[in-house]
Amino acid sequence: MSLKLGVPSKGRLMEKTFAWFEKRGITLSRTGSDREYAGRVDGIDGMSLVLLSAGEIPRELAAGRIHLGVTGTDLVHEKLPRWEQQAEQVAPLGFGQADLIIAVPACWVDVDTLDDLDAASAAFRARHGHRLRIATKYHRLVREFLTDSGVADYALVDSQGATEGTVKNETAEAIADITSTGETLRANHLKILEDGLILRSQATLWRSRVARCADADKAVLDDLLDRLHRVA
Amino acid sequence: MPSRAQTLERAARLRSYFEAAGAEPVETPVLQPAETLLDLYGEDIRGRAYVTSDALRGEQMLRPDYTVPVVQKHMEHGAEPARYTYAGEVFRRQEHDPDRANEYIQVGYEVFDRENPAAADAEVFALIAEALNGLHLRAATGDIGILMDAVRGLKTTDRRKTALMRHIWRPRRFRALLDRFAGRAPVPPTRAALLEAAEPLAGDTPKIGKRTGAEIADRIDALRADAQAAPISDNELVGLETLLAVRETMPFALEQLRDVAVDLPQITPALDRLEARIEALKARGVDVAGLDFEASYGRTSMEYYDGFVFGFYAETRPDLPPIATGGRYDALTRQLGNGAEIPAIGGVLRPGLMLELEEGAQ
Repeated sequence: MSLKLGVPSKGRLMEKTFAWFEKRGITLSRTGSDREYAGRVDGIDGMSLVLLSAGEIPRELAAGRIHLGVTGTDLVHEKLPRWEQQAEQVAPLGFGQADLIIAVPACWVDVDTLDDLDAASAAFRARHGHRLRIATKYHRLVREFLTDSGVADYALVDSQGATEGTVKNETAEAIADITSTGETLRANHLKILEDGLILRSQATLWRSRVARCADADKAVLDDLLDRLHRVA
Repeated sequence: MPSRAQTLERAARLRSYFEAAGAEPVETPVLQPAETLLDLYGEDIRGRAYVTSDALRGEQMLRPDYTVPVVQKHMEHGAEPARYTYAGEVFRRQEHDPDRANEYIQVGYEVFDRENPAAADAEVFALIAEALNGLHLRAATGDIGILMDAVRGLKTTDRRKTALMRHIWRPRRFRALLDRFAGRAPVPPTRAALLEAAEPLAGDTPKIGKRTGAEIADRIDALRADAQAAPISDNELVGLETLLAVRETMPFALEQLRDVAVDLPQITPALDRLEARIEALKARGVDVAGLDFEASYGRTSMEYYDGFVFGFYAETRPDLPPIATGGRYDALTRQLGNGAEIPAIGGVLRPGLMLELEEGAQ
């Protein structure tokens, strides 16, 4: 057995995660060909690297198949109800910052707050015969946020990508998505509601609360946490 | 914990008990078309009910309660008056509390009767109270109809009243709207800027999406009109606040609400109905002097109820959900009735929880 660390398998998130660990004396690397999802860990004994899609890391932490994992706060909160019971935040990694927000067309000059969105939804439903559609892939977070805020007469429609384009294509009237600079939103003529911030997210190192830890693994984990905290 | 067989046996006995009271037994499919429930409850229902789908029929929900299908059945071809009973599983997602059952047996009794609503209220409450006899439960009652009549009769614009009525079941949004309409909450800066702009729609922002410029212009007109409207008076606001805070035994609650009616005379018919209900409950042998009444009861969890509401709670087991709940849902029959409507009231019991309490008492 060894202590398993799950890391996003590609892109900037992987590279920045590797760099973050490197600064703490732990070298993560991919092995084999570019297409093979295998990796190695140097600089600490008894730890192995598991390369996964960032979206699957919450589930793997909750199932206890990995002891540690790097993924965004947004994905953990969306995919794991009662996430506190299943995963513990070890360290925010300081990159991958993104806000989950609600945005509406910039031409809606009468809508700047959730209060406005609610009123516009009621009128929209009366006029068009269907509820105002909000495109998102964060169904649970968005629904709970809107329930809490007392917004009614909306419908969530699923959008797994290019969500900002759904309004122009008239498959949704508004969107709930992550944004870091707001550039894509502006390019698609959308604006963020003033009180429409659902969650601030960033890449985070999580520890599974349910993964079984042999004594040897526990020692590796303690050693690792100790090293991470010394730098942080 | 009681076994499933024990629970089913108790459910069958309860159903026979309601049949003996004159109810016709009914069955409904477990899979319900999602569209009807989504239209009624909006997206919130997805957080509470299980949704499944197939390519042919689209989205279906595992029956989260019996009331909606029973009302639909009645509105299609029910005789009048009618009494129904049923027993079977309902399914509820429980993502926040793993200790709550996501599938349980419910037994219900529903009365569709236009002759004497007070008598029907008392009949349903008394029958359910009798079935729970010996479990030492606390009953709570309320009446959403009083608050609804109070809002409908406010001396303010129809648009404001419609907005408040729409959020009667969402206390936070209701409160926020009320504060704004009463001039207590500051106008958000963006709203103020919009109202001051001479031609707010004149900008060169590309028009995208299905919501048209005309709809935006309509809302701006409405906001301008609203800014001109006088705030809801302190008198009415205090009246509403006092109303919402009433929490007493039934006869004292009625007395306090009669005082509120000095400022909000529009609630007098609803209070007359409450008084008639108290008499009808007494006639059924219910101890109304010891029965709790909370004017805000049922505002958050019982969306289709629009009159008398009640629930029975095990005070020794605060971890348990209510053992029985019910209420009047006249408006639901209108929504599902394609133009038809009939006063209706019903309640449900959870035989599994009843058995659990009995086991605990031994």
